[in-house]
Amino acid sequence: MRRRHHHDAFHHQDSDLYRFRFRLGFAAVAVLIAFTLLFARFFWLQVIQHDYYATRAEGNRISLVPVTPNRGVIVDRNGTVMARNYSAFTLEITPSKVRDLEASIEELSRLIEIQTKDRKRFKKLMDESKNFESIPIRTRLTDKEVAKFAANRYRFPGIEVKARLFRQYPLGEVGSHALGYIGRVNDRDLDTIRNAELEANYKGTDHFGKSGLEQKYEFALHGKTGYEEVEIDAGGRAVRNLSRTAPVPGNNLTLTLDAKLQAITEQAFGDRRGALVAIEPETGGILALVSKPTFDPNLFVDGIRTDDWDAYNTNPDKPMINRAIYGTYPPGSTFKPFMALAALETGKRTPQQSISDPGYFNFGGHHFRDDKVGGHGMVDMYKSIVHSCDTYYYMLANDMGIENIANFMGQLGLGQRTGIDIEGESEGVLPSQAWKKRRFKRPEQQKWYAGETISIGIGQGYNSYTPLQLALATATVANNGVMFRPHIVKYIVDSKSGEKSMVEPEPIRRLPFKQQNIDVIKKAMVGVNKEGTGGRAFAGAEYESGGKTGTAQVYSLKGEKYEAGKVKERLRDHALFVAFAPADKPKIALAVLVENGGFGAQSAAPIARMVIDYYLLGKLPKGAATEDESAVEADE
Amino acid sequence: MIAIRDMPRRLWHGTVDHLDPPLLIITLTIMGVGLATVFSATYDHDNRLVAQFINMGVALAVMWAMAQVPPQKLMRFAVPLYIIGVILLVLVFLFGIKVNGARRWLNIGITRIQPSEIMKIAMPLMLAWYFHKYEAALQLRHYVIALLLLVVPFGLVAKQPDLGTAILIGAAGFYVLFFAGLQWKIILGFAAAGGVAAPFLWNVLHDYQKRRILTLIDPTSDPLGSGYHIIQSTIAIGSGGSTGKGWLQGTQTHLEFIPEKHTDFIFAVYSEEWGLVGNTVLLVLYLLLVGRGMMIAANASTLFSRLLAGSITLSLFTYAFVNMGMVSGIMPVVGVPLPFMSYGGTALVILCLGLGILMSIQTHRMLVKK
Repeated sequence: MRRRHHHDAFHHQDSDLYRFRFRLGFAAVAVLIAFTLLFARFFWLQVIQHDYYATRAEGNRISLVPVTPNRGVIVDRNGTVMARNYSAFTLEITPSKVRDLEASIEELSRLIEIQTKDRKRFKKLMDESKNFESIPIRTRLTDKEVAKFAANRYRFPGIEVKARLFRQYPLGEVGSHALGYIGRVNDRDLDTIRNAELEANYKGTDHFGKSGLEQKYEFALHGKTGYEEVEIDAGGRAVRNLSRTAPVPGNNLTLTLDAKLQAITEQAFGDRRGALVAIEPETGGILALVSKPTFDPNLFVDGIRTDDWDAYNTNPDKPMINRAIYGTYPPGSTFKPFMALAALETGKRTPQQSISDPGYFNFGGHHFRDDKVGGHGMVDMYKSIVHSCDTYYYMLANDMGIENIANFMGQLGLGQRTGIDIEGESEGVLPSQAWKKRRFKRPEQQKWYAGETISIGIGQGYNSYTPLQLALATATVANNGVMFRPHIVKYIVDSKSGEKSMVEPEPIRRLPFKQQNIDVIKKAMVGVNKEGTGGRAFAGAEYESGGKTGTAQVYSLKGEKYEAGKVKERLRDHALFVAFAPADKPKIALAVLVENGGFGAQSAAPIARMVIDYYLLGKLPKGAATEDESAVEADE
Repeated sequence: MIAIRDMPRRLWHGTVDHLDPPLLIITLTIMGVGLATVFSATYDHDNRLVAQFINMGVALAVMWAMAQVPPQKLMRFAVPLYIIGVILLVLVFLFGIKVNGARRWLNIGITRIQPSEIMKIAMPLMLAWYFHKYEAALQLRHYVIALLLLVVPFGLVAKQPDLGTAILIGAAGFYVLFFAGLQWKIILGFAAAGGVAAPFLWNVLHDYQKRRILTLIDPTSDPLGSGYHIIQSTIAIGSGGSTGKGWLQGTQTHLEFIPEKHTDFIFAVYSEEWGLVGNTVLLVLYLLLVGRGMMIAANASTLFSRLLAGSITLSLFTYAFVNMGMVSGIMPVVGVPLPFMSYGGTALVILCLGLGILMSIQTHRMLVKK
């Protein structure tokens, strides 16, 4: 029994061992299967999917960092810098990387001064931009502020100090309506970029031309974005640079504009609203393009502060409007030389043909009044321009008819966009039967009445042109009918090759005017500045110049005699003046408009005198006053 | 004269007698690979090579010491060690230090200890002792009691919460039960019950545990959160290709894309730099280690040593498998270091403790037979 038990126990132990070894074998198989599974997984990842993961690893590792090119510099015709770049430190926040924006900014403000307007601007920029962009909360940090932040950087994830190039307009407000300004890229700019298929080139760019030359020449000024292949670690920090494709700086612009002339002109306007366009007749280059009041483009560069923006927007003088190209005004008497030229070219008048001016023109029982009570007496073409006789032009307009007038004025570019190289031009109104049909809806309004033609002759009525159009027409006459597209940029300098490409080297029109006809008009306009309405303003000039004064009605006085003093300032007439000089070989032609300036001879002509003196002689006329009170001539 | 001449030889024998050369060679090889990888993972800054070298020295000393202890003597420690382990776990439950929301550490004045680590050895030791004790008359109730012995520490560790370690402790215990002959139908029954209970268990899981499992199913669902580890480690492995990027050349590693790269995710570092060839070598080394362990278990002379050796061996396999599976994205993220590769002293000491026991079982076999 004992033996048997012993045997059983032994047997029992044997079967136990057998079972143990079986289970061990089972486990070994399981281990093999498990390791085979792992091997299969490794094979899948490292052989079959290797390319995919290798790409992912490279994508992890390498980040293409765009290197923004330096924006092109803008200089005037004499090389004076009007727009340039400077480097400054900004404090920037990437909202997507900051958990509690408000709290972070609050804490930041305990370290570095952040004003309410900084916060407001930041909010505005944040609304406009993509979340992953870094947005400046403070610009132009001092060295001390940079050091202060650097020491506390660890406390502010998602916030960093960056060295950035900023656009600077060293002349401030001077020429701002021509230069325009840049601002941060917005959705509309992105569309523009996309349409031009330049998305790649704009990676890393956060500013875009918003108006003026900055806008028009955006793609030329921008340059070619470079790239840095940077190895980054998991925290997104750059570990080392692998390669660098240098950016190509933007092309520089050399303007036809004369910055000094521009500044003098803007000063000459003083606080008055208005515009001046001065053109070099031989080239169409704009020498000065003034719209007053102006604005400071520097304020826009890193996002305009709300209060600055509100100040510009609520200003009744509307400083953001470019009056030179956008504002349209009846040309008033400055229209007369063009009318006279039209009369000669169409054979409706000869220079010698005279009319008798009783002081009014009677048309269908209605008296079209001349400014001079009792009239100018016998008036030929020369006298009609020099003394600005209205009756002469009432009759002329009536004789020519609206279609002849419209056709002729169209040749001079009136009532059309000139194609100047900044955006925002108005078309103006060159009245004609076709225009009236387009303009009005009701059939009785669409009809052109012969009576409406009469006041067109003296530049009133539906006539409405931009100062630029008037300047261009004047320049074209001064240049004997050869018209250039007005342009502010003389040439673009390629930043790499230094090659200059002219913007508008060829005339766009050669008007087939008879030289003798043009000479008649020029002579009469010279007479204006010698013995006529512009005589006082140009008294003692060291050169011979041609001009024409003009007054554009703002407020219809219905037969009453206009008396400037009795009318509110805003309802006073606009003063105009067109001029060219020197008379024999014009180097400058211009149109001046002073809003509510009253008579052209009084406020506009002296500005023209200053501009021309300065441009031709490099000095201002003696005792130059911005407004010549005594120049009022009743017969204008 | 003779005695003096024999002195060095004896001394040598006294030192190496109880070491198992195959096990030692395989382990040293893996450790060598591990040191190279730890260096690669940490040399950029905070180099851990020397520290790990010291850890290995200590661990190997522990291994040697354990190898000297005959299994019979070891049996005496089974019950006290288990009881101390459970008591410590209860203390952790009551007074443990909370780190990252989990109560795993116990402050014992001089230092902090993680009692769950002790359980990794104490559990199989206890169960092997238990089955050995009732070897002659094993009945169902013994299995039930064994199961209870298993469940208590498992529950305490899982409650910390440290599901990874709990599973490893549970696995170590289960392997003893398995080798002790727990009936298949019971094993399958439990598996089936587990399957049924899974949805209920899901609700018991902590958020981070649920997230880890969800992440495993689709790591891209949370690429910046819990999926990040797995995405980056699979990229590291995959980009390593068949031959790897070369030692110290892993971009994922050196640009810090791999989290916990010198500890739990060291395999990603190794795999990126050595590729499929390296992975295969490592798999073979682990296979050899497990194979040798199984041979030792198969040849062990007592039930206690068989069960213990079997459990320790399968535990080694489990660590390696779970870790590599986790890093390569086929297992959930559980905090399991890769045996002999991952940086860290505690894990190494526990592993070498196990190896020492295996060696002891192997080298004391003859004595028992005699």
